[in-house]
Amino acid sequence: MNVIGWALAGAGVLAGLGVLAAVVAPRRTRPAYVGAATAGIGVAGLVMGVAALSGQAFQARLPGLLPLAGVRIEVDPLGGWFLAVTGGVLAAAALYGIGYAGGGHGPSGRGVQAALPVFAISMLLVPAAASVSTLLVWWELMALTSLLLILAEHRGRPAVAQAGWWYAALTQVGFVAILLGLLLYAAHAGGDSFADLRAAHLSPALRGVVFVLVLAGFGAKAGLVPLHVWLPRAHAEAPSPVSAMLSAAMVNLGVYGVVRVGFDLLGGGSRWWWVLVLAFGAISALYGILQAAVAADVKRLLAYSTVENMGLVFLSLGAAGIFRAAGAPVLAGLALAAALLHVLNHAAFKALLFTAAGSVLRATGTRDLDALGGLRSRMPATTVLFAIGALCAAALPPGNGFVSEWLLLQSLVHALPAGGVVTAVAMPLAVAVVALTAGLAVATFVKALGVGFFARARSEAAGAAQESPPMMLAAMGVLAAVCAGLALAPAALGPALSRAVTAATRAPAGVVGGGVSLRLAGIASTLSPLLIAVAVVVATAGTAVLLRLAARRVTRRRSVALWACGAGPPTARMQYTAASFAQPLQRVFDDVLAPETDVDVTPYAESQYLVARVAYQARVSDRVEDALYVPVIAAARRLGRLGPVLANGSVHRYLAYGFFGVTGLLLVLAVTR
Amino acid sequence: MNRTASICAAVQVVVVVAGAPLLVGLMRQVRARLEGRAGAGISQPWRDLRKLLRRAPATPTGTGWAFRLAPLLLVGTSLVLAAVVPLLTTASPLNHTADLFAVVGLLALGTVTLALAALDTGTAFGGMGASREMTILALVEPTILVAVLALSARVGSTNLAEIVTTTLNDPLRVASPASLLAAAALLIVVVAETGRLPVDNPATHLELTMIHEAMILEYAGSDLALVELAASMRLTILLGLLTSLFLPWGIAGASLAALPLALAAFGVKVAILGIGLGAAEVFIAKLRLFRVPELLAGSFVLAVLAVASSFFLA
Repeated sequence: MNVIGWALAGAGVLAGLGVLAAVVAPRRTRPAYVGAATAGIGVAGLVMGVAALSGQAFQARLPGLLPLAGVRIEVDPLGGWFLAVTGGVLAAAALYGIGYAGGGHGPSGRGVQAALPVFAISMLLVPAAASVSTLLVWWELMALTSLLLILAEHRGRPAVAQAGWWYAALTQVGFVAILLGLLLYAAHAGGDSFADLRAAHLSPALRGVVFVLVLAGFGAKAGLVPLHVWLPRAHAEAPSPVSAMLSAAMVNLGVYGVVRVGFDLLGGGSRWWWVLVLAFGAISALYGILQAAVAADVKRLLAYSTVENMGLVFLSLGAAGIFRAAGAPVLAGLALAAALLHVLNHAAFKALLFTAAGSVLRATGTRDLDALGGLRSRMPATTVLFAIGALCAAALPPGNGFVSEWLLLQSLVHALPAGGVVTAVAMPLAVAVVALTAGLAVATFVKALGVGFFARARSEAAGAAQESPPMMLAAMGVLAAVCAGLALAPAALGPALSRAVTAATRAPAGVVGGGVSLRLAGIASTLSPLLIAVAVVVATAGTAVLLRLAARRVTRRRSVALWACGAGPPTARMQYTAASFAQPLQRVFDDVLAPETDVDVTPYAESQYLVARVAYQARVSDRVEDALYVPVIAAARRLGRLGPVLANGSVHRYLAYGFFGVTGLLLVLAVTR
Repeated sequence: MNRTASICAAVQVVVVVAGAPLLVGLMRQVRARLEGRAGAGISQPWRDLRKLLRRAPATPTGTGWAFRLAPLLLVGTSLVLAAVVPLLTTASPLNHTADLFAVVGLLALGTVTLALAALDTGTAFGGMGASREMTILALVEPTILVAVLALSARVGSTNLAEIVTTTLNDPLRVASPASLLAAAALLIVVVAETGRLPVDNPATHLELTMIHEAMILEYAGSDLALVELAASMRLTILLGLLTSLFLPWGIAGASLAALPLALAAFGVKVAILGIGLGAAEVFIAKLRLFRVPELLAGSFVLAVLAVASSFFLA
């Protein structure tokens, strides 16, 4: 056994200890023990991932653990990449959770606490699975435990139960799709291990069916539109440390599934698969960020931003597949590297943002941006940490989101000579989608930061907020440091990234390299995020110093009242809210979002021209949900109502069903034989 | 070589800082003359800046570090841009640091700091300006990047110096449909990004029409001077970038001897562009805010056509 094996064993032991602690420990200390065990599992995952990425391999077969097929474990660099990301997120979020639980916040029930370590280890085992049955078992374990965690606060708010229903339904639909796809594949391959699947020769039509089923299943987990509807509900309603794990770690495994099956097992496949992936990725990115731009609930905003980022990742995957099918392996490697890097970057900044939003929720009791504001002075550290996350999420330099989007754009921009008319049409559109997404993301996170944290408090709760305990700040600080490291020295990840891409495409590739500057294979463009950051800091500091020297006589800043057009000081209610900030965007994208506004004017009884009260209500619902799911749910309801009519308790009727059933069957047999 | 390049870049920064207010003054003077006024002279913006720099900045009640930091960061990003973009020379030492995407990102970073500062004031004006500015920024982005795609596809790189050098070596490319369409698209974008007519009116203080001015309403004294300086620097850099991408003649390599010529060429090109813009502004009115997306959609179509023609007509 090497490092990976020991770390895996250690994670298993820690999971057992965590469950034990959840059952045995008293309520007050329970979250601390369970959190420590979960953080340990995360660290073990990180160790496994880093070891796999530095070239170690691990294989194990435990025939006794599962009936019939047994458990097959294999850790390669591709799995290692996801192991490292998941492990890192788990460790930071679990540490944060320990602090979060102090003072009676968050769930501390036995069941929920016992689910946490199991959820953690199942997320580590998914990328380590090396056979269909193993993968499916861990996948379902992950789905069930995550459902328990999402439902943790169901006694407090009815919306939690609803989120649980949506999640349960869609995750099971996704599971069935993966099950069908992979079982079909395994049945034709004649074996259930990944090695058998790789060696199998399937007809192109069958491969297409397998890929579409698998894409739907894994896409549901990653929140691809139109299977995303559970995501903004579940990620918003789950306890905040869990939200961070779901949004920064679990969704990635959907990406992992598509990369593993599409690139590694099925070996690339036809172009139309990847055009499909690209199209759904583009739609998800745009729709997700549009919904985020108009959202007023900060956790819902972050959840929709997850949809957007997963959309970008799938867009990169689609581009990689198209390039591969067009015979441009270098570009394909680059696009795949962009996807993997964005998975990592998104995990880092989304974990940071969700934990910071959780701190705000813990301190103020609200997620509504329109009731926040003024946190900059009450929670200075949290504000700075959220600002770092927002900078990264908005894909502005020098944030880490910018680096992966830059990589993606480079692969798209240089694709024109690579393939025929399809790339010539698809790539400019993809660039436009990425650009519009980036622009809207900037607006979204300016809104989240500016309305939520700056200016003056819009409610008493926000005005009385207290800074979070040091444990939470430390966990967020670690995440922020990771974001900064990824932003400033992305080239350091070059070898690991190349190994992961090689493991996925089975073709040796040195994709990204360089020291201070990021250099790409086959493309002359370079970028040096570190130098940009240093240059901006030096220029800003230099300006400040010069200003001091030039304006030596003026040393004191004057304190003045805000300009209020000559009226009294403006109140906090006069500030722009999240809704008013997003109003121009909402109006521009009116046709896509279809917002509902309701103006209710009540006049006085004496005259209809004297208005007593105006009630204004605006709501942006999820249009995909309304168009796609509501009719299906209504049809299922109608079908359900048929039950009591058919089975009304009359024995005669049941006998008649039996009689007609049997005679019908006999008739069919008689005719067909 | 490297030292010469550093000197070239430093000269470029100094030229942009010194020349930016003059460009704004020139545009105002052109406008004034065409409207039948005498005008204040092209050095008036510099006189304004000197006056403002002597006055103490104001801190309105309830504002915090975002408000204080924004003017400095805005000038900081503009200075970095002035060093990176090939205006006088293609041999900046920061050449391999930032490409066109990074330039677009740094421009956006400056805008974002100002929008956050505006939200930090907590006034309706600030919020309104920030909201409108962010909307325009989001809608401008696709045009810019698709135009970048059209320009960089034939070069095989998004590094600015490479694009400029390739155009210098093959001057006929400037007249290609792709190049002309991209130029038209980028011109509209530059107008939108710098807050000129018909997207925003830099001379207005009417609340319904303000965008940029609404964001900076609370600034005073040296803070205001920095914001005004940065705004004019951004205008200069963007116009200079346009000329470098589409009319690169005169740009120096890594030699100091060619620098005076490059300086003269840069001054003439940007002045002509500025006079053209200033003259055009006399004849057009500001668009309604909700008509602006139509203009930007038009520029996006131009950019897509540029890409299509660069592929299909190549």
